[in-house]
Amino acid sequence: MIGLENIIFLIVAALGIGLFVWQIRKIRKNILIGRDVELADNPSERINKMLLVAFGQQKMFKRPLPAVLHLFVYVGFLVINIEVLEIMIDGIFGTHRVLGFMGPLYSALMFVNEILAALVIVACAIFLWRRNVSKVPRLATGVEMRAWPKMDANVILITEIVLMFALFAFNISDIKLAELENRHMAGSFPVSQLFVNAFGSDAGTLHAIATVGWWIHILGILAFMNYLPSSKHFHIIMAFPNVYYSKLFPKGKFSTNPSITHEIKAMLDPSYQPPAPEVDAEGNPIVQRFGAKDVEDLSWKQLMDSYTCTECGRCTSVCPANITGKLLSPRKIVMDTRDRMEEKGEHPAIFKPNHYKEMGVERVETTDEKTLLRGYITPEELWACTTCNACVESCPVNIDQLSTIMDLRRYLVLEESAAPASLNAMFTNIENNGAPWAFPASDRFNWADELYLPSKN
Amino acid sequence: MEENKRLVKVPTMAQMAANGEEPEILFWVGCAGAFDDRYKRVTRAFVQILEHVGVKYAVLGTEESCTGDPAKRAGNEFLFQMQAITNIEVMNAYNVKKIVTACPHCFNTIKNEYPDLGGNYEVIHHSTFLQQLINEGKVHVQGGEAFKGKRITYHDSCYLGRANDIYEAPRDVLAALDADLVEMKRSRANGLCCGAGGAQMFKEAEPGKKEINIERTEEALATLGTEGVIATACPFCMVMMNDGVKNKEQEQNVKVFDIAELIAQAEGLTK
Repeated sequence: MIGLENIIFLIVAALGIGLFVWQIRKIRKNILIGRDVELADNPSERINKMLLVAFGQQKMFKRPLPAVLHLFVYVGFLVINIEVLEIMIDGIFGTHRVLGFMGPLYSALMFVNEILAALVIVACAIFLWRRNVSKVPRLATGVEMRAWPKMDANVILITEIVLMFALFAFNISDIKLAELENRHMAGSFPVSQLFVNAFGSDAGTLHAIATVGWWIHILGILAFMNYLPSSKHFHIIMAFPNVYYSKLFPKGKFSTNPSITHEIKAMLDPSYQPPAPEVDAEGNPIVQRFGAKDVEDLSWKQLMDSYTCTECGRCTSVCPANITGKLLSPRKIVMDTRDRMEEKGEHPAIFKPNHYKEMGVERVETTDEKTLLRGYITPEELWACTTCNACVESCPVNIDQLSTIMDLRRYLVLEESAAPASLNAMFTNIENNGAPWAFPASDRFNWADELYLPSKN
Repeated sequence: MEENKRLVKVPTMAQMAANGEEPEILFWVGCAGAFDDRYKRVTRAFVQILEHVGVKYAVLGTEESCTGDPAKRAGNEFLFQMQAITNIEVMNAYNVKKIVTACPHCFNTIKNEYPDLGGNYEVIHHSTFLQQLINEGKVHVQGGEAFKGKRITYHDSCYLGRANDIYEAPRDVLAALDADLVEMKRSRANGLCCGAGGAQMFKEAEPGKKEINIERTEEALATLGTEGVIATACPFCMVMMNDGVKNKEQEQNVKVFDIAELIAQAEGLTK
């Protein structure tokens, strides 16, 4: 029977989904601030990678304990969504457990669901403990772990626990009612069965609890969905496209700027004809900066990286510079990119970026420039990087922190000539002697003098 | 003793070309291999191995120039491409097809970044090359200095390991020594950088609590115990680990060697 309740549900669900779509469009627009880059090659290899790394959680298992706990929440999220689908159908059409016709399959599904929901509660409780009580360093420290990122993580974990409790409240009262009314109910509910008498046996109360539990769960999910674009938790969506578009070639290969290649070839060979510069829609040549000063100089993939980051801090915890007390934190580079992008572009419903200066973080000496470089990320951080790729290797969702660091460095060197003096000396040595040290090129073969080998008898 | 030794005349590409010959491999020496006093010993050890197994090789000699790697990692794409394009012109003129180098930075740059600029070669790091020689039975690792029971720990180079996924070749080479190989806690994909990559080799470290090479050396020393060998496969790692060992005043007990030096010693080539 379709009643008033169903119509209200339909309106609420439509509003929730509509708001989510509106926010996603903003995110998409922000990502497209980035430079265009062609990443549509090798679709089969990309799909394989996505299945392994994103769907299969491959890189999470470098750290087994959080990997297993995360797996509970992840699989719980995937499987419980089937029940959410049922809740939606029930909500719109006034049916009750509409998928119950599947019989044993439905029982198995509900069984797994209940076990997973219990595991989600356990995992989220342990995660809350790790963040707030035992304070795992990578989750609790770092200049980038300001008030918002810390609160965000707790909001997510508590919401997940509340959602699971709402699901249990709904199931418990539902099976108790079936028991009282002596009717058969589809499904198998091992956890709820244990607490079947938790809410007493008054039919009116049970009906009320089932309804409230149902509404909290579904409203909670809609609210949660609309919180996602403002949150680190957005990774549950972005992990998939981000891994799909991740680097397929060796990590040691850094990008090459073709416009520089044309310039050098023209210098070396006056007859060389560089291709005509790219033009924009109005026919004006597109003048690109060398390297990156702000978010529009980064590629859309690098901006997508920053929306995928869940601020887990694995990158920072393996960064040799960070381990030895330097200012560089790869996670900060990614979070700053997102903050600056949303400052420049549009920010979703809830999130508003905040500045280090306002936060009183003094070690990061940002300036008032409204750019990613210096306004958020300082040269000191960039020059601490050893380009060792430990951050890239550690990221469970294939974020390429190093490419952003390199593009910012390139801007400092190519556009501002602002390299540290010792590096400028190294450049001069390479230009003059063909080696980074000040040795004459004519001595390059001296190592071969007086070289002996035991003669074979 | 003198009569038991022969002088090695290292062939250059120019001489080969003048004789109408082409070598099987070009040995790319690299700037550290040519100028750094400590790493010149590695270059010489590797040439001794090449001579010993009778591979037809040549070097560019004074025609070689920096690959541009330190410029590129420091953000100077212009200088990098200038170096790369010049080197590619030299190598393409000699019709170079296969390159072996002992430097992971040269290896990575020539293998991964030269193709976009017109330099397409088969590039092999000396760890892989040595592994092949051992597998083919061309190097037996007998009769020289004994390593049996000696503790050796291998320090992964970032540009060999994470950058190019070469983790096993240097370990296989060391395994041939029949030594007691011990792994640091942070090894292979989780290896800790020596601190020199990304052009850090050529500048002071940014302000912090500690030098990266000290952090890494402490880990290596703790892994080795009282004495042993830190094996490296990269000139910059070698400098950093050597400095770390000296800083900890352990140079009497712990030596830093390149894998090529260990093979040359075991093969009895360095006497």
